[in-house]
Amino acid sequence: MSVVAELTNTVLAAAFKSSGNTGAMSTGEKVGFWCLAPVALGGAMGMVLARNAVHSALFLVSTMFSLGVFYVLQSGPFIGMVQIIVYTGAIMILFLFVLMLIGRDSEDSLIETLRGQRIAAVVLGIGLAGLVGSGLSRALGVVHARGLNAAAGQSDGHVPELAELLFTRYVFAFELTSALLIIAAVGAMVLGHSDSQSDVASQPEQSRARFRRGNYPAPVPGPGVYALADSVATPALLPDGSTTPASVVDTVERRRLDPNISDTKS
Amino acid sequence: MFSPSLSGASYSSTVPSAVMRPVAEFGNEPVWLLLAKVLAIFGFLVLMTLVTIVAERKIVAWMQVRPGPNRVGPWGVLQSLADGLKLAFKEDIMPTLADKGVYFIAPALSCIPALVAFAVIPLGPQVSVFGHLTPLQLTDTPIAVLFMLASSSLGVYGIVLGGWASGSTYPLLGGLRSAAQMISYEISMGLSVVGVFLAAGTFSTSEIVAAQHDMWYFVLLAPSFLIYAISAVGETNRAPFDLPEAESELVGGFHTEYSSLKFALFFLAEYVNMVTVSALAVTLFFGGWQAPFGIVAAWAGANTGWWPVLWFVGKVFTCLFVFIWLRATLPRLRYDQFMRFGWKLLVPVSLGWILALSATRVFSAQYDIGSRWPQVALGATIVAAMLLGLAIRTRRTAVSRTQALVSHPDADYPVPPLDLRVPDPPRAEALAGPLAGAAQLQRRE
Repeated sequence: MSVVAELTNTVLAAAFKSSGNTGAMSTGEKVGFWCLAPVALGGAMGMVLARNAVHSALFLVSTMFSLGVFYVLQSGPFIGMVQIIVYTGAIMILFLFVLMLIGRDSEDSLIETLRGQRIAAVVLGIGLAGLVGSGLSRALGVVHARGLNAAAGQSDGHVPELAELLFTRYVFAFELTSALLIIAAVGAMVLGHSDSQSDVASQPEQSRARFRRGNYPAPVPGPGVYALADSVATPALLPDGSTTPASVVDTVERRRLDPNISDTKS
Repeated sequence: MFSPSLSGASYSSTVPSAVMRPVAEFGNEPVWLLLAKVLAIFGFLVLMTLVTIVAERKIVAWMQVRPGPNRVGPWGVLQSLADGLKLAFKEDIMPTLADKGVYFIAPALSCIPALVAFAVIPLGPQVSVFGHLTPLQLTDTPIAVLFMLASSSLGVYGIVLGGWASGSTYPLLGGLRSAAQMISYEISMGLSVVGVFLAAGTFSTSEIVAAQHDMWYFVLLAPSFLIYAISAVGETNRAPFDLPEAESELVGGFHTEYSSLKFALFFLAEYVNMVTVSALAVTLFFGGWQAPFGIVAAWAGANTGWWPVLWFVGKVFTCLFVFIWLRATLPRLRYDQFMRFGWKLLVPVSLGWILALSATRVFSAQYDIGSRWPQVALGATIVAAMLLGLAIRTRRTAVSRTQALVSHPDADYPVPPLDLRVPDPPRAEALAGPLAGAAQLQRRE
């Protein structure tokens, strides 16, 4: 624990030095950090360890939320709020929506559905760890950050500055990313779409089929009920005295309407 | 292509105030004053909830020509207080299939963001409290409106998780509906406030109020206001968009299994959300705490001291009345109609309006047009076009339905044609005298 604390202090101090603030952290920031850091860390651990998918998503929500507050504490209120609105508010709700659609009791299964998934996950995980580690070591070492205030420059603040960069220098990367996301979304829809939905006739279609010529629209008459025979195999009598075959289910052996033949086999 | 001059210095000179300027008057009050403000806001919201519930029941009763609650207190005004006490003493039931932890925190998760969001609403200008000059607002940040959007997006979790954790079908369906609904209507809500940001040049609520000193934004940004009003009803789960708790389909929706204080918290959250959304509407589109124009012209001191609180509360109550009025008037939408309305009408119209708004602003900056009336005219035209389109559509569907019945009397469906003539009964033909005349008269009609 003390190692973690030392490391975080070093990182924060470095970040502070680079942002132009030479003093130590303010009390408010310290309190905020030490209250929310365990939440963020615990949420991340819980996300991996929880067996229930919805609990897992909720742990991730708490981590995302804590990160948003951290951004606010680090004098990036805009990005902090965007983090909360976009990640906590929209993306995680979508996650929950899907998890709830799958079903309440869907527990984590350990059966691999994709071949080589685990190996790929390990390789990519090591890659990500390397990336983050190298970034962190560079941030602690050779990089001379300009700090927020210097980066904002002559402009009114961070938001216009961000907007200008996004829509001028990085407009191509920005559009490319959005195109990638749209392709992914459309692809998921195409792959996930099944034709089973369109096979089911809609209510008007069913109704039309029912009243088409040659089809008898009303319910078929029930079998005959008489004093001596009330079996489902006894056909009903029509007003003219004849029997109607429609009143008896095809799979049942038809019975002659004869009061002398008893229904029960004695 | 964007030229640097357009997105940079020359354009921002037309923006009234600096975008990320720290909001000056906040953050240097003594601690006791801060705590007093927190307590006052909490008290205000709880009181508003009690008043709104009684007012809603009374107003709906008045619209339905019945007396409404009239037993507890004079004119029934203490009814919701009595209901609250009753709820507190009811048995707290934990369903067997419930997910215990999540079931427990869900009501708090829906209530806390609703209360927190009110922190950035300005209720008045600077006033003197025991010798301290302080604004009537808990705090303000350069991103205050985003803060409110963020809290409203967190409030969804209470409903979604409450529905999921109850462990039964109706709440789960309510929770699912709520999740989809909130995501859809949050987008149009977020897009509707973009117009306000463009016009005021700031996200800070107190500065947005200040920017409306000469023209309220519902005049300047009529389409934005209309979209905000619609999506606010969707966002607070109020009729006609109350699908997550649709009592005729889902019993009680997400809160079917809840009882006692947990249910009371959901109830409180719904009404606090209504108040907050109305307060935000007042702040963004109706000049906040500023007095209506006629009053300012007649009495110059209307915007000083504690008077603005009166204007503010009056405006909020007007918005709340509209909420109640909608509930008493409109039937609930079907779910697919509701979703189609949000995604296929509100979102595209919002995007188009933002584009038009930005174009007029750039145009005005280019040709030095100081007047904002072209923008007002544009907004009014868009609103008029929307209403006209709606009217034409409604008329066309009504006409086409009637025509279908008239022009196809022997359609597939076994319905009698509208111009059905009942054949004369043979016995009436045989009878002479007044009866036959009456039958003929009937036929002619």
